[in-house]
Amino acid sequence: MNVSASEPSATLLEMRDIVKTFPGVRALDGVTLSVHPGEVLALVGENGAGKSTLMKILAGAHRADSGSILIDGAVANITDPRSAERYGIGMIYQEFHLVPTLGAIENMLLGIEPCDGFFLNHAKARSLAEHTLTQLGSTIPFDLPAARMTVAQQQLVEIAKVLVRRARLIVMDEPTAALSEHEIDHLFALIAKLQADGVAFVYISHRLEELDRIADRITVLRDGRTVETRAASAFPRDEMIAAMVGRSIDTHFPALPPVDEHAPIVLEVLNLQQPPLFRSMHFTVRAGEILGLAGLVGAGRTQILRAIAGADPSDALVQIDGMPIPHATPGQAIDHGLAFLTEDRKAQGLVLGMSVRENTTLAHLKLFDRGLLLDTAKEEQETRRLVAALHTRTPNTAQLVRNLSGGNQQKVVLAKWLLGQARVFLFDEPTRGIDIGAKMEIYALLLALAEKGAAIVMVSSELPEILGMTHRLFVVREGTFVAEFARADYRADAIIAAATGATS
Amino acid sequence: MKRTFIKLSLALCALIAVIVLVNAFTYGAFFTPGNIVNVLRQITSNAILAVGQTFVIITAGIDLSVGSLVSLTGVVMALFANAMPASINGSVLVVLTLLLGATVGGLAGWINAFPVVRLGLPPFITTLAMMLVARGAAYELSHGRPVPLNSDAFMSTGTGFLFRGMLPQLPGLPIPVLWLAVVVIVFAIVLGKTRFGRYVYAIGGNEEAARLAGVRVGLIKTSVYVLSGICAAIAGLLLMARFASGSPQTGTGYELQAIAAVVVGGTSLVGGRGSILGTFVGAFLIGILNNVMNLHNIESYAQEIVLGGVILLAVILDQTLKRVLK
Repeated sequence: MNVSASEPSATLLEMRDIVKTFPGVRALDGVTLSVHPGEVLALVGENGAGKSTLMKILAGAHRADSGSILIDGAVANITDPRSAERYGIGMIYQEFHLVPTLGAIENMLLGIEPCDGFFLNHAKARSLAEHTLTQLGSTIPFDLPAARMTVAQQQLVEIAKVLVRRARLIVMDEPTAALSEHEIDHLFALIAKLQADGVAFVYISHRLEELDRIADRITVLRDGRTVETRAASAFPRDEMIAAMVGRSIDTHFPALPPVDEHAPIVLEVLNLQQPPLFRSMHFTVRAGEILGLAGLVGAGRTQILRAIAGADPSDALVQIDGMPIPHATPGQAIDHGLAFLTEDRKAQGLVLGMSVRENTTLAHLKLFDRGLLLDTAKEEQETRRLVAALHTRTPNTAQLVRNLSGGNQQKVVLAKWLLGQARVFLFDEPTRGIDIGAKMEIYALLLALAEKGAAIVMVSSELPEILGMTHRLFVVREGTFVAEFARADYRADAIIAAATGATS
Repeated sequence: MKRTFIKLSLALCALIAVIVLVNAFTYGAFFTPGNIVNVLRQITSNAILAVGQTFVIITAGIDLSVGSLVSLTGVVMALFANAMPASINGSVLVVLTLLLGATVGGLAGWINAFPVVRLGLPPFITTLAMMLVARGAAYELSHGRPVPLNSDAFMSTGTGFLFRGMLPQLPGLPIPVLWLAVVVIVFAIVLGKTRFGRYVYAIGGNEEAARLAGVRVGLIKTSVYVLSGICAAIAGLLLMARFASGSPQTGTGYELQAIAAVVVGGTSLVGGRGSILGTFVGAFLIGILNNVMNLHNIESYAQEIVLGGVILLAVILDQTLKRVLK
C-alpha cells in the first residue's frame, strides 16, 4: 500500500488488517485504510471487492473476525450500530432508511427525541433539527412526509440525521446514483462545506469520473484487500481501473469452446423496451453460445432478463428456434423452453421451507402427474439423479432447502431448471455468494449446457466471470446497450469504462 | 424423515397423554366408544370448516367468512329444498341441495379471492367484508327467522346412523361423522398427494419463487377460497339437516373456532406449513376439551377461558418444538 503524499498529523479513523469471513466466502482479507479529519476518502472496487462488508463493519452491522479499528488513535470497540454512532460514525446507505410517513424533523430525531419526562418536547425538537437543517441550507417544508420528498431531499434528511447525532465521519454509499447533475453539484458543495467544518467522508462510488471532483485520496479494494491508496490528483483513471481489475482474468475458468458460426439462432429478442428502465434492444443468441450482459448494479440487466422470462409484463417479441413464444407469464415461457435463474435465490429462486425434492420438481411438476396424483417415486428418482449429477451436498432429498449452504442451494436452483428440456437459459448472477469450488462446478455446467446446444444469457457483476465465461458481451448502462464486445476484443478496462460511462 | 418421525411420535405421545389424563379426570366416562363418537359428531362442522381453512392458511391467507357462509348456504339450501316438489326422490333432493349450496359457497369464495388476486388486497379485509355481507344476506333471505325444512329427506343426513346395533356398546356411526371422514380423507389426499396441493404449499412458502417457477398463483389462490366456501356449504348442509331448518343465526363465531383448530393442528399462519391430518387432530383435541368440560359441568363461560388458554399453549408448544427440532 502506498502512503499518500500529504498526510496530516491526526488520524480520525484507521482500519487495520480487517478480516471477515462468511460461510464459504472470505469477504475481507486484510483491509487497511485511514481517514483524516475534513478529508474525503473515496473507496472504489468491483462488485464483490468488499466495500459494503467493510462499511457494515464500521457501522456495527457486522463484526470483524480480526483486525482493529482506531478512532482518534485509540482502539474503538464497535459492537452495534449504537456504538458506531457514539464514535461519531454516520452511515448513509444507498437505500435510505427513512420512515415514509414522517417528516424531516421526526425522521432526523427518530430514537433520540428530546422529552420532558413522558412527553415529547416539540419545541426543543424543532429548534434542534432546524439548526442542523439551516446549516445544510435545507428548504424542505417541515410537514412534508419523506415519501413525498425527492431523492435529493431524502438524502439531505439522511445527512442531517447523522449530523444531529454529531457524526464526524460520514460514510456514503453510491450517493449520486439517483441524483440529477444539478443535485450532484449541490451535494458536492454541501460535502465541501461540511469538510471545512472538519467532517470527514468515506465516499463509495462506481462513477470513477466524479472522483476527481470530490475525493482527496482514493483507496482501491480488490478481492477483500486494500491494493492501493493514492492522492486523487496522482491517480489517473486507467491506473485506477487496472488496480481494480488486477489479476489475470482467465486463470480459473474452463476453456470455452468457440461457437460454430453456422450454429442456428436459438434465441432472438426483438423490440425489447420498457421505458424508463430500458430502451429498444434487439439481440440473438446461437446454439451453444453464452452471451454476457455486463454493467453496474442497477443498469437494467436484471429487468432485461425478467422481461424475456415473463416475470414482468413486456411487449418484446421473443423467438425460440425461430418461433415466437408467448411470455405473458413465467409459466408460458417455461412451457416453451425458457429457464430463468434469478439473482436472489432466497427471495425468488427457492421455497426455503420445502424439501430438495419439492424444489427440484416445482417448475416442471406436470411431468410427474400420474392421473390425479403425483408420482412421488418418479420425483424421488429424478431428484436423486440431479443431486448426483450436480454433486449437491445434502443428506437426502427430503432435507429442507433452508438447511443447505449457499452453494448447494444454488445447485438446487440449477437442478430445478435442468429438469425440463429448456432451450434457453437466462442466468442472473449465477455464482453470487457461493464459494470457489461451487463456482467452478457451475461454470462446468454452463459449458455442458452450451455444448448440448442451449442458448445462454448470463448477467454477472463479477468482471472476471463475465470475461471468462462468455463468447460475446453487451455492456448495459442506464437501460441500454452501450457497447458490444466479441471475445477476441475483451479488455477489462474498456468494459469498465463503458459500464461507468467514463470516456477515456 | 427423522424429523417428521420424531414430530409424529411426540404428537402421538401428547395425544395418548391427553386421553389418559382426560380419562382419569372423568373417572372413565370419557373413554367409552359412545363418548368418542359423540365427540366426533360434535366436531363435525368445525372440522370440515377447518379443513377448508387449512388450504387458505397454508397459502398465507385467512378466511373469516366461513361462519357466515354456513348460515347463508343453510338458509339458501332450506329455501331451495322447500321450493322443490314433494314428489322428488329424497337422495336426489339432498344432492341437488348440496350442489346449490356448494355453488353459493364457492361463488362467495371466488368473490373473496378476486380482490386478493387482482388488486392485492389483504384477505383479512375481503373475507371480513364477506362475513358481514353473507350474514346480512342470510337474514334478508330468511326475514330474520329460521327456515324450517318441509321435507324429511334430510333427516338421515343430519341425525342418522350407520351400522346401528352392530356393536352393543356403540350407537352406530353417525352419518355426519361419515361426511367428516370423507371430507378429511379426500382433502388430505388433495393437499398431500396432488400437484394442486404442492402448489398450495409453494405459494405459502414463497409466492414469488412459485410464480417464477410457472405456478399460476392467481388460479391456485382463487381455488383455495372457493374450496373453503364449498367446505362451509357442506358444514351448512349438515347443520341445516341436523336442526331441520336453515337459520341465519348458525355459525356465529365458527370462523374463529376453525382457525383455532387449524392453528392447534400445527399449521403456520405465516403459510407454507401444515396438514389436513394435523387440522383434524386440532379439531379433535378442542372437541375433547369441550367434552371433558361438559362432563365436569363446567359452565360455558369458563369453558371459553380454558379454551383460549389451551390454544395459546398449543401454539407455544408447537413453536418450541419447531425450534428444538431445527
